Amino acid sequence: MNALLQLLALIRKEFLALLRDPRSRFVLIGPPIIQLLVFGYGATFDLNDVPVAVYNPDRGALSRQLLARVEGSPAFHLIGEVESEGHLRRLVDERKAMLALSFRSDFSRNLEQGRSAPLQAILDGRNSNSALIALGYLRNILIEFDQEVAARHNGPPLPAVLKVRAWHNANLASRWFIVPGIVGLLLLVVTLVVTALSIAREREAGTFDQLLVTPLNPWQILVGKSVPGLLIGLLEATFIIAVAVLWFEVPLRGSLGALYFGLLLFLLSIVGVGLMISAISVTQQQALLGAFLFLIPAVILSGFATPIANMPEVVQWLSYLDPLRYALVIVRSVFLEGADASLLLHQYWPMALIGGISLLAADWLARHRMY
Amino acid sequence: MNLPGRDSRRRLHGMVRKEWLQILRDPSSIAIAFVLPVVLLFLFGYGVSLDAKDIRLGLVIEHMDDQSRDLAGAFVRSRFFQPHYYRDIQPAQQALTERRLDGIIWLRNNFSRRLQQPGPAPIGVLVNGIDANQARITGGYIQGVWFGWLEKYARAQGHKLDAPVQLEQRVWFNPAVNSRYFLVPGLIAIIMTLIGSLLTSMVIAREWERGTMEAMMATPLRIPEVLAGKLIPYFVLGMFGMLLTVALALWLFQVPLHGSFATLFLASALFMLVALAMGLLISIVAKNQFVAGQIAIIVTFLPAFILSGFIFDIGSMPAPIQVITYLVPARYFVAIAQTLFLAGDIWPVILPNLGAMALMLLIFMAIIRRKANKRIA
Repeated sequence: MNALLQLLALIRKEFLALLRDPRSRFVLIGPPIIQLLVFGYGATFDLNDVPVAVYNPDRGALSRQLLARVEGSPAFHLIGEVESEGHLRRLVDERKAMLALSFRSDFSRNLEQGRSAPLQAILDGRNSNSALIALGYLRNILIEFDQEVAARHNGPPLPAVLKVRAWHNANLASRWFIVPGIVGLLLLVVTLVVTALSIAREREAGTFDQLLVTPLNPWQILVGKSVPGLLIGLLEATFIIAVAVLWFEVPLRGSLGALYFGLLLFLLSIVGVGLMISAISVTQQQALLGAFLFLIPAVILSGFATPIANMPEVVQWLSYLDPLRYALVIVRSVFLEGADASLLLHQYWPMALIGGISLLAADWLARHRMY
Repeated sequence: MNLPGRDSRRRLHGMVRKEWLQILRDPSSIAIAFVLPVVLLFLFGYGVSLDAKDIRLGLVIEHMDDQSRDLAGAFVRSRFFQPHYYRDIQPAQQALTERRLDGIIWLRNNFSRRLQQPGPAPIGVLVNGIDANQARITGGYIQGVWFGWLEKYARAQGHKLDAPVQLEQRVWFNPAVNSRYFLVPGLIAIIMTLIGSLLTSMVIAREWERGTMEAMMATPLRIPEVLAGKLIPYFVLGMFGMLLTVALALWLFQVPLHGSFATLFLASALFMLVALAMGLLISIVAKNQFVAGQIAIIVTFLPAFILSGFIFDIGSMPAPIQVITYLVPARYFVAIAQTLFLAGDIWPVILPNLGAMALMLLIFMAIIRRKANKRIA
């Protein structure tokens, strides 16, 4: 009973230390909200209004019809027609156009007489991923256009066509992929910084020694330092999930229990890593550096923006150490696939393991690293 | 008359020396400047790739005959796919659910018959849409194989497949469409943002917290001298880190540098100053290291990662978000770095971005001066 009261007092003190200063309070609450909105809208692989420049010396109707389709697609935006191919090239060079279409003067005549007509497309490969996506959109427009032209001029129809269906995300909206990912990303950032600086701050202020000579045993100290991070993390998680569902309208198809159980384990693993960093560091600057050194690879290797499957084998092994990797699978599966706890077992236990080991390590380090 | 100038130089010299000693004594600054960029570039350069490889493709062929074997063969021969054969759709769908497959091609048992009949025969394609970008890339590869097969099939039937419009596509600056070529220059920008602002964000907050700022104020040092004294050593450190990452990009990741090294150096130096000034500003505003650290993490890494155009296309973001990207210094350097590395010294791209960075630096310095002065009054 006494131990519990002591623990509660310590937790209370930790909360006070975190929330006393209005500026520290603000950095815990304001930025996650702003970031969620800004990144939720900003981070998308879908292309809108790709600037397209056109050189079209063809006087016929068919090139006009094709251009009308390009303009009609929300992905493209015609920035204008130019008088020469040289001008077209310059627009791509200067990044004013991502796609440049160059027709020949006999484009319409060839098509009308049942011959094929070349169409040149130049793409800015400085972001080759966007270039490939834009090319995909253009090809889809052309396939439809081709079939119509063929039908009108009695050409042979295509013998076989692809009927593509995308599971869980029929329109392939990349926001549905990114926004659940931001849940994991922001939780990682907030919780890690809160816990990573907690012991280091006391060390630098000299109060950690005082804490050690109180009747609290090291485990109580560790638990007292973990609880604020966990609680703040859970509250923010709830808020972010609500915004994802209500504001961004990402479907939440699975069980909330499975989601929260996963997030709890995720937070536990971050708290463990954070306290471990904090226990090693002597100054807050070192703790912050440590947090950064963990945070950045954790984001990059998690599969947040680029798939883990594309990484070399060795880097993929490394990503097994990354708690965010598992959290992202859980969040995305529960949101989009409607997964329940039984499907996510293989994501749960590695995080529990990372959390357990890092907490043990933090305990050992906090006791053995005395100055 | 030149006495004050000489004094100022002497004071500045002393200040730089003090900072330098402080840096040397605490190994964490050195680690930030030298070890961090190398480790990060290694990890990112290898870890960040958008090029799908070995896509696990389930080939469901309900009835094996010449036509379906021929089409399946086209997928097997493509270097993008790792094929797995199935006789029925159920086990393949199960595998897609359990993420043992990335996509499925489904040829029903009447596929060959439908090919002979008028009207197109359907080829079923299923992909897991959770990662929409990968799904789209996979779809693009499948389309490519399908189109190649169509041409071959038409030839076998004795006529040429004349798709009316023959698309001749060229991807400029990166014809092999290697995503690493554009990601690595962008990574340099992100890494430099981190290093620049991490190096300085805590240095003044630390002086306030420890009370040494007041001690420094009692000396004849003027505010600009204190600021310059803080910036110069970290600038030198940061530029060494910068050179290291560029060297790695060129020799380890084999990214071509089409522009001139001088332009790259100039742009990096300016960008380094902007990043350092940003860190300095954070550390003056925050006054304590906890807040300074939080702000540094919030305004540097994630915005540079998401809003700089490094990986997500800025032009496709909603207009208000595009406005916000103008506040992210990495945006300008990413544009310069991608152009310099892949396209060359294209001044109409480089100059406006250089100008924006210079303007940003001026604004940061002006705010820093005002904030710093206020404190003293």
